[in-house]
Amino acid sequence: MDEDSGKRDKPGGGKWYELFSRGARDWLRHDEKVREAVRANLPEIIAGGDVINESARTVRVPVRMLEHYHFRLRRPEEQQGAGQGKAKPGDVFADPSRDPSPGEKGAGGRDDGGVQLLLEFKVDDIVDWLWEEMQLPNLKARAGPSEESDWVREGWDRRGARSRLDRRRSFKELVKRRGTPGATPTFTDEDLRFRQLSRRKQPAVHAVVFFMLDVSGSMSDRDRKLAKTFFFWVVQGLRREYRSLETVFVAHTTEAWEFNEPDFFQVSGSGGTVASAGLLKVREIIDARYNPGRSNIYLFYASDGDNAVSDTAEARQALASITADTCYSGYVEVSSGVSRQLDTETGRLFAELHAAGCAADSYALNDFDDVWGAVKHFFTAHNQELPRS
Amino acid sequence: MSGDWQSYVRRIEELAARSGLKFHPVDFEAVPDSFMMEIAVYGLPVRMPHWSFGVRYIYQLIQRHMGHSRLFEVVFPGNPGHAYLAESNGLAENILVTAHVLGHADFSRNNLLFRRCQEQVSERIVEHAANHARQISQAIEAHGAQRVEAALDAALALEQHIDVDQALRRPPYPEYAEPPKVLVDDVFRKRFAALEPAAGAAGTEIRKRAPVPPHPEHDLLWFVAHYAPEMESWERDIFLAVREESFYFYPVFATQIMNEGWASYWHARLLREADFVPQQAYVDAIKCHSDVVRPIAAEAQVSLNINPYHLGFAMWEKIIAGAGGLEAARRIMEQDDDFGFVRNHLTRELAEELGLFRYNARADGQVKVLELDLAGLHEAILGPKYNFGAPVVSAAHVRNDGTLELTHDSSVDGRGLDLERSRKVLDYLHRVWRRPIVLTTINQSGNTLELTAP
Repeated sequence: MDEDSGKRDKPGGGKWYELFSRGARDWLRHDEKVREAVRANLPEIIAGGDVINESARTVRVPVRMLEHYHFRLRRPEEQQGAGQGKAKPGDVFADPSRDPSPGEKGAGGRDDGGVQLLLEFKVDDIVDWLWEEMQLPNLKARAGPSEESDWVREGWDRRGARSRLDRRRSFKELVKRRGTPGATPTFTDEDLRFRQLSRRKQPAVHAVVFFMLDVSGSMSDRDRKLAKTFFFWVVQGLRREYRSLETVFVAHTTEAWEFNEPDFFQVSGSGGTVASAGLLKVREIIDARYNPGRSNIYLFYASDGDNAVSDTAEARQALASITADTCYSGYVEVSSGVSRQLDTETGRLFAELHAAGCAADSYALNDFDDVWGAVKHFFTAHNQELPRS
Repeated sequence: MSGDWQSYVRRIEELAARSGLKFHPVDFEAVPDSFMMEIAVYGLPVRMPHWSFGVRYIYQLIQRHMGHSRLFEVVFPGNPGHAYLAESNGLAENILVTAHVLGHADFSRNNLLFRRCQEQVSERIVEHAANHARQISQAIEAHGAQRVEAALDAALALEQHIDVDQALRRPPYPEYAEPPKVLVDDVFRKRFAALEPAAGAAGTEIRKRAPVPPHPEHDLLWFVAHYAPEMESWERDIFLAVREESFYFYPVFATQIMNEGWASYWHARLLREADFVPQQAYVDAIKCHSDVVRPIAAEAQVSLNINPYHLGFAMWEKIIAGAGGLEAARRIMEQDDDFGFVRNHLTRELAEELGLFRYNARADGQVKVLELDLAGLHEAILGPKYNFGAPVVSAAHVRNDGTLELTHDSSVDGRGLDLERSRKVLDYLHRVWRRPIVLTTINQSGNTLELTAP
């Protein structure tokens, strides 16, 4: 071995390339670029209903690897090539493997073989980006702040539970004490620092969202999925504003039931639609569990709008009583078929409220591409209509 | 890495020198497999950062996980040469690889194309590339990662567009057009000039500015670096750094079949003659050799690619066994590149012996084997290698407003450009050229087509 191969050694003894991978660095940069690209197209991407993970803390987006473009010739209809093996002129066969050959390196003009990456994004990040991107106003809380106490981190101490050991801080103490770099570091108990907690009063901002879904026979699977995607982003949007957000799920046909979240989206019912049944159920839950003066209550209702005509008066009354107590009520009309643009029984009910100056609005959601449009609609509309806050 | 191997290096070197190989000394270094992989991805041990290398790195990782492509060595020509060997190589593999590396070292010292490019780039490309990398990290600090990346996007997209027939350090174009030559051998002109000397001279007094470029310019990296209207000097430096590395890569690319064949021939021959290698290591090394030069994957009947190691190896064996012997082979090695090598020395007999064939592949994956036509076979092998593997695009003109006119020579390439990709390249380039760019090519039906950016 020659002597000068050692010249790039780090003082630590290892070679520099053992500590640092350029490939990984540039790989990360590639992924960052993909993220930027994804971010630029977020509204379209989140529209795909199937990107939402069950646990719903992350969203998975399948992406292709980026290509660094070069001038290339157009792909011909028939490509000539040279090969080797047992083949006679006139033989016809299928390309045995579209894999690159083992000898191939670098400058190959072939396809990327369709490698896909599955990038996972934190829902919180996405919501942050979206809000920035769309310049959505933040929601204003209606109910006055009450107080609630919580543990917050505050200061350090030399004693504490092992799990609260602050390694960085402790190491700094060690360095301070030893002063000289390079010497073998040994920690003493003196160096250790533990994070401390203290109780703090914090304003409580509490909200509860009612998601009401029409599961009558006329609602197709696709309609329900549309509603689910929409509800998902509403929850994310509201979560941004409230430290604690409760969700209540109510499904109705001619009757109404409360569900937990997983079941809620599986429910399918049959029979007619009586919106008042659902609305009364919501009313009942509000009365039983929440104090409208203390909680910010939201209602989002998804239906195809085909409410029974006989139910109109009752539904109007129930709705009016609920909107009196909610910060906001939104109606999203999901229909995969021809869009009737809210010209339905339920649509008219909400239109009346809207006209009367209540914090209520509606949106006709026909397509997954439009989910973001719906979210945007409610969040901007909502903020303009909060004279009472 | 086994320490035993190092004791063999000197002896293999001596054996190689006795067999007529003439090479600069080579520094051998054993490195982890992960680093080997990076060298293969970047083409150089230390090279500028760019996300496109990250993409190659991912593919390389995938390939490795699928069990394809194991890297034994990477060697960089120079004086001294640098050879990196995988730490995971066994003794037998290392003995083989050492001999292989010496074959490369002989080739890169004596092959004309290599010599010329090394004279231009210097024999210390590894250090130069590391300097470029440092220069670019300084640029990132000074101007921000995004602006540097934009410059690299454009420069690396044009990395194949150099003109190796020109010098690496070219003088700028003449500023003024050459005065039209006065033809004096014409009887009439002679008499005319004799009549009134002043009249002839007066016309040439007004000097005309030469157009830029005076002729279609194929060296796009050089042209952009020197004639972009609004580029900053550090951006020009990036273009020139990429260009210098391309000058280094060109001979590696254009002699791959010869070079790999030559190295494979010599590792096989030196191993045969190395009586100091223990029997077991010899047997293992021969096994490894036959893996490297085998034409097609073990289980497959046919391959739609030709393994350059195998083809070059077989051709050199044939040439050296021929009338001219080793002496003729060395002359060919010194003077040719793959184009001359394949056209002159891949004979019909050899092609038939090796079972080479020419085929048409349809877009749906159906492959049809064609009649063996020797010239056609040569072109099928060499086709992907013309013009550094890139379409022939040249800078034709810069308009008064700074608009750059690029032309694609579709008569040479036989068909038009891939429009979508070309547009993206124009987008990259526009970010540093900063004035409009127009590219002329042809579309599917052969009609002229203009792409523009922005």
